[in-house]
Amino acid sequence: MTLSAPSSTRLPTAQRKNYDVCIVGSGAGGGMAAYMLTRAGANVLLLEAGGPWDNTKDSVMLKMPYESPRRGASTTDRPFGEFDACIGGWDLQGEPFTQAEGTEFRWWRARMVGGRTNHWGRISLRFGPDDFKAKSRDGLGDDWPIGYSDLAPYYDRIDKLIGIFGNNDNLRNHPGGYFLPPPPPRCYELMIKDAADRLNVTCIASRLSIITKPHNGRMACHYCGQCNRGCRTNSNFSSTNVLLAPAQQTGRLTLVTHAMAHEVTVNNRGLASGVNYIDTQTGAERHADARVVVLAASACETARLLLNSKSPKFPNGLANSSGVVGKYLTDTTGTDVSGFIPKMVDHVPHNEDGVGGNHIYMPWWIDNKKLDFPRGYHIEVGGGLNPPGYGFMGGIQRYPGGGGYGKSLKEDYRRYYGAQVYFAGRGEMIPNDKSYCEIDPAMKDKYGIPVLRFHWEWTEHEYNQVRHMQQTFRALVDEMGGQVFSAMPDKTKGYGIARGGEIIHELGTTRMGADASKSVVDPNCRAHDVKNLFVTDGGPFVSQADKNPTWTILALAMRTSEFIANERKRGTI
Amino acid sequence: MTISHDDGLEKGAVPEHATNKEEQGLNKDISRRDAVQVLAALPLAAFLSWPTAEQEKVRNYVDGALRRAVEGNAYAPKFFTTAEFQTVRVLADMIIPRDERSGNASDAGVPEFMDFTMTDRPNSQKWMRDGLAWIDAQSRSRFGKPFADAAQSQREAILNDIAWPSRASASMADGVSFFNRFRDLTATGFWSSQVGVKDLRYQGSTFAPNWNGCPPAALKKLGVSYAKFDRSKLRLNPD
Repeated sequence: MTLSAPSSTRLPTAQRKNYDVCIVGSGAGGGMAAYMLTRAGANVLLLEAGGPWDNTKDSVMLKMPYESPRRGASTTDRPFGEFDACIGGWDLQGEPFTQAEGTEFRWWRARMVGGRTNHWGRISLRFGPDDFKAKSRDGLGDDWPIGYSDLAPYYDRIDKLIGIFGNNDNLRNHPGGYFLPPPPPRCYELMIKDAADRLNVTCIASRLSIITKPHNGRMACHYCGQCNRGCRTNSNFSSTNVLLAPAQQTGRLTLVTHAMAHEVTVNNRGLASGVNYIDTQTGAERHADARVVVLAASACETARLLLNSKSPKFPNGLANSSGVVGKYLTDTTGTDVSGFIPKMVDHVPHNEDGVGGNHIYMPWWIDNKKLDFPRGYHIEVGGGLNPPGYGFMGGIQRYPGGGGYGKSLKEDYRRYYGAQVYFAGRGEMIPNDKSYCEIDPAMKDKYGIPVLRFHWEWTEHEYNQVRHMQQTFRALVDEMGGQVFSAMPDKTKGYGIARGGEIIHELGTTRMGADASKSVVDPNCRAHDVKNLFVTDGGPFVSQADKNPTWTILALAMRTSEFIANERKRGTI
Repeated sequence: MTISHDDGLEKGAVPEHATNKEEQGLNKDISRRDAVQVLAALPLAAFLSWPTAEQEKVRNYVDGALRRAVEGNAYAPKFFTTAEFQTVRVLADMIIPRDERSGNASDAGVPEFMDFTMTDRPNSQKWMRDGLAWIDAQSRSRFGKPFADAAQSQREAILNDIAWPSRASASMADGVSFFNRFRDLTATGFWSSQVGVKDLRYQGSTFAPNWNGCPPAALKKLGVSYAKFDRSKLRLNPD
């Protein structure tokens, strides 16, 4: 199944039509909106700022690092390594962002069809009932105006449509779903499981949107462990070939690439009338008419687009009568620890690739009432026999040989290869007043579009949580009989907390709420102020949860798309 | 018996390591087998496509290096001076020498890899150039000649002072720091090469119809088992 983008991004006036829906962004949220709305009969225009990219053709799956003199190292437009599928990064040439003095935030942008779904970790966790009502439990942040039961039917449908492996473990606040069989753990994962059991850390089968059986016409996974490069057999979830390709088959999807949206236009009735965008290949200004506008440009890009859509009727930006657009920006907390495991020295050679992600993980397992921080985290694991590439066994002096050179060193590399594990924590940040984005008063990007300025501050909630992660991971390495590679980072180093934006889970900038004075969109992700304007990316999230956001972005996008289709049928929009 | 996704579940067995690949194949659904064959039959070039300009640059580099090798021309470094390149070669081969299992760093193209890396990652140039100068300065002050011209025992005397950070003297800190990085880059260049990958007996990055898990010998060595992952107890649907 292939997806071809129009060779030209120009829409000649003669061909220009009034689309039913214009969607901005082709990642998870935009892809799902395109899938649902084209199937509902709408003529959809999808604007993507980046260029075409098709995982079934453009992926460098199965390429060995030695086939490149770079050996897989990162490049400017591939910060996660030259084979990674995501074109984009934290620093895009000509597309800067700024940071308020004294704060630090890194903003990842994908510039390609399918967005970040091309390389994401496929960790596909449902939010649980507690996650929608966290304020009711601990008084912090805000509750969502909807609950788990509102989204559960959509999670179910997404499980079945896209395909996910896992197991129903009946754990509090970690709802299961409709799963394909999970792949059994790797060698080191079995060791981790035993250590976790001894420490009473819950450890279960991963839940990844990688198909372990043929599913809806797609081939089963072939266990090369390279999901992040894009899958040539389409055996994991990407927006491009799981959502956009079927959308295109309806004949009702027009995909325009290299289209950098910068303004949602409004008519004299205060309704959205379309989108102004720049053809990034020619610099030409374009306009697309649409009866309904769906923003799925990513949380911060959508906020930027709304804030830049100023008009006499909406002087503070569109859908911003509350002043909340850009506020309550959150990212997932993160830190990691790696260690050397003596028992794993002199490995038994075998193919340990498995799927492109961990086969086991640890969902949050402790009651926060017993702890000095309010919200949880989950643990991801890694290690073992990875393909030798750039950075191979860096820091060999940290292993028992202490470094050296010559034949004994060469033998050390062989013996210690694969004898390491790592743990990475991914936790819930609570929205705070000091973390937000706004339009920079002075700077514009190369297209002349005003850029975002970020403000960022972690609080004690996050620092204490990350300290707990560090302590837990060190205890796990110790329980495995191993030695960590680095000393516990102290408070001056934030206990090793990743910088804001580095975990690439930005959420909350167009938050959902029942009260139009305190939120941007309503419980259907419709702008309070503009009844034909919707948001289907991570912007509407009221809280982060200790789960990766994509499955919830997809569920919300499916639900919102269904709402749009129903409202169109009723003739209200 | 296998722990592949297809039959491990239905038979509800505790996973065992696959022993008979032929037998496993019989259980596969035919469309999947066909698809596997189709994929396996794709020309290698399909997997070697390089979509972006960045990758095209790499491609040209490889082609150029191969052409020069065929034509018998010596590699002309783009970043290193001739003298530096000789020092790089000597150092890399001291770090990874030949032994009964594989060749040395030069055999695996490590000096050429390093030269490419210096042009590809310009912010590595300073520590590299400064470090090579440090090594030469050490050698000149101790033995009156540059490192590459020193006797093997003299070179080893210098490396012995910097190659084990925990026992190096504080006065050697610059050399230790450089050698850590140089050793890391040598390791990348050697072990990620075709020579190194073969030496490590790496078996992945391949199209594997089944996930076979941890082999029996490894289970035994590590003292673990699949007892906690009884696939007959999987619950794939919520109640």
